[in-house]
Amino acid sequence: MRERILPILQKHARQRESLIPVLQEVQAELGYLPPEAITEIAQFLGISRSDIYGVASFYAQFRFEKQGKYAVRVCQGTACHVRGGKRVLGEVVYQLGIEPKHTSPDFKYSLETAACFGACALAPVMVVDKTVYGRMTTTQVKKVLSQYP
Amino acid sequence: MADLNLTIDGKQITVKPGSTVLDACKQAGIYIPTLCFHPDLTPYGACRLCIVEIEKMRGLPTACSTPVTEGMIVKTDTDQIKNFRRGVLELILTEHPHPCLTCWRRERCGPYDICLRNVDVTLRCVLCPKNKICELQEVTDFIGIDKVEFPYVYRNIPIDHENTSFERDYNLCIKCGRCIRVCQEIRGAAAIAWTMRGSEALPGTAFGISLKEADCQYCGACVDACPTGALMERDRRWEGEKEKQVLTTCPYCGVGCQLNLAIKDGKIMESVPARENDVNRGQACVKGRFGIKEVVHSPERLTTPLIKRNGKFEKATWDEALSLVSSKLGSYAKDATAVLSSAKTTNEDNYVAQKFTRVVLGNNNIDHCARLCHAPTVTGLAATFGSGAMTNSIREIGNAKCVFAIGTNTSESHPVIALEIKKAVDKGGKLIVGNPRGIRLTNFSDIWLRHAPGSDVPLLLGMCKVIVDEGLEDKEFINSRCENFDDLIGSLKNVKLDEVEKITGVPQETIKKAARMYATNKPATILYTMGITQHTTGTDNVMAIAYLAMLTGNLGKPSSGVNPLRGQNNVQGACDMGALPNVYPAYQSVTDAANKSKFEAAWGVKLSDKTGLTVTEMMDAAHEGKIKAMYIIGENPPISEPDANHAVAALRKLDFLVVQDIFMTETAQEADVVLPATTFAEKVGTFTNTERRVQMVRKAVEAVGESKPDWQITSLLAQKMGVKGFDYQNASEIMTEINQLAPSYGGITHARLETGGLQWPCPNADHPGTPILHTNQFTRGKGRFMPLTYKPPAELPDAAYPLTLTTGRSLYQYHTGTMTRKVKGLNDLLPENLAEINPADAAKLNVQNGEMVKVSSRRGHINAKVKITDVSPVGVVYMNFHFAESAANILTIAAIDPVAKIPEFKVCAIKIEKI
Repeated sequence: MRERILPILQKHARQRESLIPVLQEVQAELGYLPPEAITEIAQFLGISRSDIYGVASFYAQFRFEKQGKYAVRVCQGTACHVRGGKRVLGEVVYQLGIEPKHTSPDFKYSLETAACFGACALAPVMVVDKTVYGRMTTTQVKKVLSQYP
Repeated sequence: MADLNLTIDGKQITVKPGSTVLDACKQAGIYIPTLCFHPDLTPYGACRLCIVEIEKMRGLPTACSTPVTEGMIVKTDTDQIKNFRRGVLELILTEHPHPCLTCWRRERCGPYDICLRNVDVTLRCVLCPKNKICELQEVTDFIGIDKVEFPYVYRNIPIDHENTSFERDYNLCIKCGRCIRVCQEIRGAAAIAWTMRGSEALPGTAFGISLKEADCQYCGACVDACPTGALMERDRRWEGEKEKQVLTTCPYCGVGCQLNLAIKDGKIMESVPARENDVNRGQACVKGRFGIKEVVHSPERLTTPLIKRNGKFEKATWDEALSLVSSKLGSYAKDATAVLSSAKTTNEDNYVAQKFTRVVLGNNNIDHCARLCHAPTVTGLAATFGSGAMTNSIREIGNAKCVFAIGTNTSESHPVIALEIKKAVDKGGKLIVGNPRGIRLTNFSDIWLRHAPGSDVPLLLGMCKVIVDEGLEDKEFINSRCENFDDLIGSLKNVKLDEVEKITGVPQETIKKAARMYATNKPATILYTMGITQHTTGTDNVMAIAYLAMLTGNLGKPSSGVNPLRGQNNVQGACDMGALPNVYPAYQSVTDAANKSKFEAAWGVKLSDKTGLTVTEMMDAAHEGKIKAMYIIGENPPISEPDANHAVAALRKLDFLVVQDIFMTETAQEADVVLPATTFAEKVGTFTNTERRVQMVRKAVEAVGESKPDWQITSLLAQKMGVKGFDYQNASEIMTEINQLAPSYGGITHARLETGGLQWPCPNADHPGTPILHTNQFTRGKGRFMPLTYKPPAELPDAAYPLTLTTGRSLYQYHTGTMTRKVKGLNDLLPENLAEINPADAAKLNVQNGEMVKVSSRRGHINAKVKITDVSPVGVVYMNFHFAESAANILTIAAIDPVAKIPEFKVCAIKIEKI
């Protein structure tokens, strides 16, 4: 862990302003922000771990769990909500057996909700990795997920 | 800038520039409801309750964050404001159980009354630990709200009982952020922070780890800041309002924090740091905040005099005990008795103790534990400046452009002073830390000089050399204020930076950088403690520090100076009072005939002009049978002396030992007679803190059992021995005598101290006290340079004992633990001694974290648990000296500094073996 983080840290100045870029780069390297990484960053920047966790937990982009192979995101924005986004999410939860913000135990799927993908015309929308699936119905969920074994 | 005028609700008010509208309202006596506001924190403007109307300003600005401008017209109680406040409060109350808050019957409600509103038991105010002392209740009552339109959903977060000092119940949190802000802004610990966001946001730690893992220092600042029952001192729960509050001085370290003791039913409920003073300004540490009431009200307190008969202590009356002591003490030759006074007792107690020694016993054999901490400060600074004490004040440190903290683990030993260092750094000041160990200060230091233990002189001379070579010295200051500069130049000729690098282990370039940083950022202040003094070269170390300050002209100016941080609450005062073998009160030498006749006239007896024995010499003399009887007041040599086994043996050799203490200490167990003294909370007197500030100690509760104040016991003993001049009625009378005999205390009377502390020298009743020493000239006239050379520590590691042991103090325990180890909360935080060693050494020894090992030196051995940490450098082991069952001082060496007679606690050779 340390060997993978140190090169990133050394690129940055030891100041508070470096925190978010460091977190982004560490996450890009490790896929998520484990406690050990936060400890390393805290020691390097001289910021307490709680403080760093506070910043990281504020932004939706940072994750504290190891991510699955596929990122499944289901839109819960207004348009998707009106067209049944909640039921789609419920089906995804049922199929994957995990709640939003969690990763399946086999590290295949990570489930997230989103507020809008900007594809409201296609509502309700779910996105797997970078592929958008529009006009979703609960029956289609299983089909979509089966494409990602 | 001129004062500003404004109108609030038709009232004309004049305020100081920089005031906020809220300050102005307070000054005008107008109450503005606030929840996120805290006087010590930067305005936050989050709760929106302090909104006011200001003419020509848009909307409703918050009073806490709006600065006053000339001619402002402010309204605080219009219907619009009242409506808005009600609306805002309703929203705030969706975060907190509110059925009782909005109920008009709240005051009349008993814990299990039937409630017409059908409020769940968990949500009732009357069952909240903070009922009746809650700010939210106050604010709700003021705003007047009878129902909340929005629901409150109980968060169902388990209450955190992790530590024994305070509890965290985030179901009651209203998210004002005060706890987080005080932890980050003032304490710099940032153990807690906002976690998550939106409605899920709550104060918390990283990944929800425990506070201990999050590096919490348990200062309790968050508890004091919390306006609701979310953070609550455990022992204070459900106690309600206090009956009275007594302002007094903390009995732990030399900072001298002012504490408000809340009293109910003759007991201390809590000790809360006071805000209105220049010392701690609303802050304290875990010991002062949570470590007081359990000590004062401990069931283990001594309550009656005890006499040892056939090896067992038996209760005795005062008359019996004092008769026995007086007949015994009177039966020895003049030079065969000695007294150890205490840096924990008041000035008055110390004055009487030294008077007793000199008048009743007829010798100068009096000393106290300053010998073991800052004796080199007294000798070293007396030689260079003329007086050995902090040259500047605590509150000035925060404005320094450069702080050089060497040999001080300030955040552990003087936590409240560490806050000032943080303040200086936050304001853009530089911080240089000189310490072999990776202490907390190094987290935010600009330069960390990690020099080898005992290599302070070469390090400091190296810095001096860089300053002189690069022409960074203050020539004018040296010429006009100092003398014998050539002596220093001569010493510097022998200093070679590459040799310095070899001895200290600090790269030359770092030394150069540090020297330049210190010399060019003015004012610069130096802070130091035991890491400098507890060496055989202690006096040299102190002088080298003084030279660095004189060289750069950093003396006699605000935020500059040489600042030894004194260890015990009244160690400065005990020295000032002359509880030393060579001086009368106010450092008047006993060998000087004029002083002797002055004190002979005042006390009406013949005095000895022979310098007495120091602590270390007393122990040796006792061992040799030259000292037959000792009177020990509140000291604990079996734990605090170096080579502690030797000290215990010495005490056992005594013919007669009388100990006066609040607990049955390790020393008291060796005694023939034990006399019960009162704690600081049960007596009146004064403590002098590290910055020479004399502050009142006030009686808060009645003395336990038959215990008496120390001065009274000593006086009774003197009277019993038939000596006149000890018929004091109260502590104030003693102070009057001190005023007459100690010139620097001339104007310090109890009456004046009632309104706040005074810093000596304060020669007369009109003098305002002296915050900065040596402003126009040094106490001795000119600052003196003397030649210095490097001498290695007395015992260096070798093949048989390959590691260096250095000892110190933890934040959570105090000295020999006689007080703090009675406090459950503190024992939970640091229950046992740990041998902190570097991972590399641990690997070599093949020991694991938490493993019990045998630590031994040439003098003895103890067992301790290993803590593997890179705070300790390679080859150096660190241990605390608080623990009797694992006393680090069994290992330390009794080699002493030739001038100051201080033992070398900081360096000795040891080995570690697996058990």
